[in-house]
Amino acid sequence: MIAETGHYALILALGVAIVQTVLPLWGTRRHDPQLMAIAAPAAQMQFLLIAIAFAALMTAYVTSDFSLQNVWANSHSAKPMLYKIAGVWGNHEGSMVLWVLILALFGAAVATYGTNLPRELQANVLAVQGSIAVAFLLFIITTSNPFVRLDPAPLDGQGLNPVLQDPALAFHPPFLYTGYVGFSMAFSFAVAALIDGRIDAAWARWVRPWTLAAWMCLTLGIAMGSWWAYYELGWGGFWFWDPVENASFMPWLAGTALLHSALVMEKRDALKVWTILLAIITFSLSLMGTFLVRSGVLTSVHAFAVDPARGIFILAIMGVFIGGALALFAFRAPQLSQGGLFAPISREGSLVLNNLLLTTACAAVFVGTLYPLALEAVTGDKISVGGPFFNYTFVPLIVPLLIAVPFGPMLAWKRGDIVAAGQRLIAAAVLALIAMVAVFSWQQRGPWLAPFGIALGIWLVLGALSDLAFRARFHGTSWREGFRRLGNLPRSAYGGALAHAGLGVVVIGIVATTAWRSEAILAMKPKETAALAGYELTFQGVAPREGPNYRERVGVFKVTRGGQEVTTLQPSKRAFTVEQSSTTEAGIHVSWRGDLYVVLGDELKNGAYSVRIYFNPLVRLIWLGALVMFIGGGLSLSDRRLRVGAPKRARAASEGLAAAK
Amino acid sequence: MRTRSILDHNFRSLGRNALIAVFAALILIQGAVSAKAVEPDEVLKDPQLEARARHISEGLRCLVCQNQSIDDSAAPLAKDLRLLVRERLKAGDTDQEIEDFVVARYGEFVLLKPRFELHTLILWLATPVVFLAALIALVLFYRRRAAASGPASLSKAEQRRLKQLLDEQ
Repeated sequence: MIAETGHYALILALGVAIVQTVLPLWGTRRHDPQLMAIAAPAAQMQFLLIAIAFAALMTAYVTSDFSLQNVWANSHSAKPMLYKIAGVWGNHEGSMVLWVLILALFGAAVATYGTNLPRELQANVLAVQGSIAVAFLLFIITTSNPFVRLDPAPLDGQGLNPVLQDPALAFHPPFLYTGYVGFSMAFSFAVAALIDGRIDAAWARWVRPWTLAAWMCLTLGIAMGSWWAYYELGWGGFWFWDPVENASFMPWLAGTALLHSALVMEKRDALKVWTILLAIITFSLSLMGTFLVRSGVLTSVHAFAVDPARGIFILAIMGVFIGGALALFAFRAPQLSQGGLFAPISREGSLVLNNLLLTTACAAVFVGTLYPLALEAVTGDKISVGGPFFNYTFVPLIVPLLIAVPFGPMLAWKRGDIVAAGQRLIAAAVLALIAMVAVFSWQQRGPWLAPFGIALGIWLVLGALSDLAFRARFHGTSWREGFRRLGNLPRSAYGGALAHAGLGVVVIGIVATTAWRSEAILAMKPKETAALAGYELTFQGVAPREGPNYRERVGVFKVTRGGQEVTTLQPSKRAFTVEQSSTTEAGIHVSWRGDLYVVLGDELKNGAYSVRIYFNPLVRLIWLGALVMFIGGGLSLSDRRLRVGAPKRARAASEGLAAAK
Repeated sequence: MRTRSILDHNFRSLGRNALIAVFAALILIQGAVSAKAVEPDEVLKDPQLEARARHISEGLRCLVCQNQSIDDSAAPLAKDLRLLVRERLKAGDTDQEIEDFVVARYGEFVLLKPRFELHTLILWLATPVVFLAALIALVLFYRRRAAASGPASLSKAEQRRLKQLLDEQ
């Protein structure tokens, strides 16, 4: 009964979404306020209905209702509760319901908090948002229905892929999807502006918070996925340039560019046409990511859907939305007015450079991901594009960008002074150079470019600090006064600086762990000792252990450092009884120097075990940096000036002031 | 000669795509990448040779995995390929010779960095072309804006009026 309610709610949501698309659009054409007024309640109702459907599916998973085919195929009664809940989106059908739930959530948020938007704009935005919902609800109901019943109901389920039974992966999809789908807001606003044929600085002000929120979630989602790969896949890699990873990385790159170009549009009323195009591109890449992962075009751990009907359906959705939006853009863009003027060396100019490099880097990832698929489809030749390719194409574009980042905030709007900006950054540059020389003289091995990479990361962090010091005008004033001003800086200033510093932290982590990772691959017998990176590891043997839905064989390693006991690591091999498969759990000791990472392999002849020990220096900085970027985004979002309601209040205040005069 | 026989076995099976598919499916079910990669018994005695082996391995794709190098992969086929690389190294081949040898047997699919050839022209040139095109567009954008930003010239009517005013004086 609960499942039927959910099924019914999902179909009703489709009906409401159709109403939400058609009537407001018609209303804006006829300038009929009553028709336009339908948009907001329809968006709220659509969200409520999809939430009911999602709750029904969740209930089926929590209560292990195996009469639902979807629950039977992806769950098991013995699975821990966290993974029963996460199981809802750990499969194709459920994850698509989560997708439309987040889509509807954003729509409902615009309906609820966007009351200060111009009426036409709000109606158009919600209509476009509604049309995306129509497409994906149709997709779910016709090709991926999670509410299909089984009769008779099986006694127990088939379980969830064990590598997915992990806390980081339980939360990874909701964050990733909030990021993907959040960019639909920028898309809807862009298309609404094109339908209307009007766009101004206020538009960017409304779009930026939504884009920022989506970007934050995507940043955290990608970081979580990479962290999971690091400790779960068992060899300490954190990025594979796997097509599925690239699918989430491309919207991130384009979204980062969009954040920066929207800034120019909001502050200086320039780059309008480009910002609109970028908004369309960003969401198009999100759609493409959904297509790549959901269609089964790429077969990997993530792609649990292998069904051509679905692939063609999503391809059609992509064609309609991307093609439609670009056609509308080509038709309307010449009518959009060009905004404020600026010199190449200026804050705007630096943000244009940012966009140039980010979008080209995104193009590099795009080509590297799709070219093998296209080539195979056209000629049948199979080629591989992996890490080495991206080192040659992606990295040369990103390095100049990273060098340029600290200059951007130091330049004035309209016309900047590069020499003055350089002078303000001199301390950061000198310290980064000292660090480079120090690292160069200290390193005994590793690539000669590594010290440069470390210096680049330090340059980004110190550049961000210099930015804050400059804004607080520390020069020519007392320290006390400087700190007082520092405290008074708007939160968005801290947000931007933190995000840039976080990027520097990520760079340091990636360079250090890539360049100076050390490893030992051994056949160890119990009581034997191995040494790596200053640690001594004594293998004490292997013992069996029972988990909630698995059995494991645990290797015990006593870790000492200079004779002092540090910790005991327990890497294991887990055999999942229901799913008939196994996972490897690494034993990881975290310290400020880096991670000691131990993996237990197979039993060899004569009682020895194959053991792999890695030391990954500073690897934690990769995810710590991503977290800092997330917090920076959050600070910016909480800034009074960026709050969604702020434009109205500011305008009301200025109108009041004008009236008083 | 145990390794040789395993290799032969795999070469024969390589032709049979069905077996590869089963392989791929098995590995996917097993969670794609359980932690194995290089085994202790594979490591070469000579550290310099071993370092070269690792470097070569990082650029070779495990044929039945998702974008993983044979250096990271646990698949049996990856192990065979690692052993093959090490055997060629011991026989005194150069890195390039080994790459050619592997490509001759398994096809270009095995290289994680595709070679620069006719059919990969677009792949390699797309990024620089996009970058250059964007750069040219940007320069044109700035030049057009600079030209447009000069003082606006007078319209025909304004010129007539100006002439009229001057004539009046």
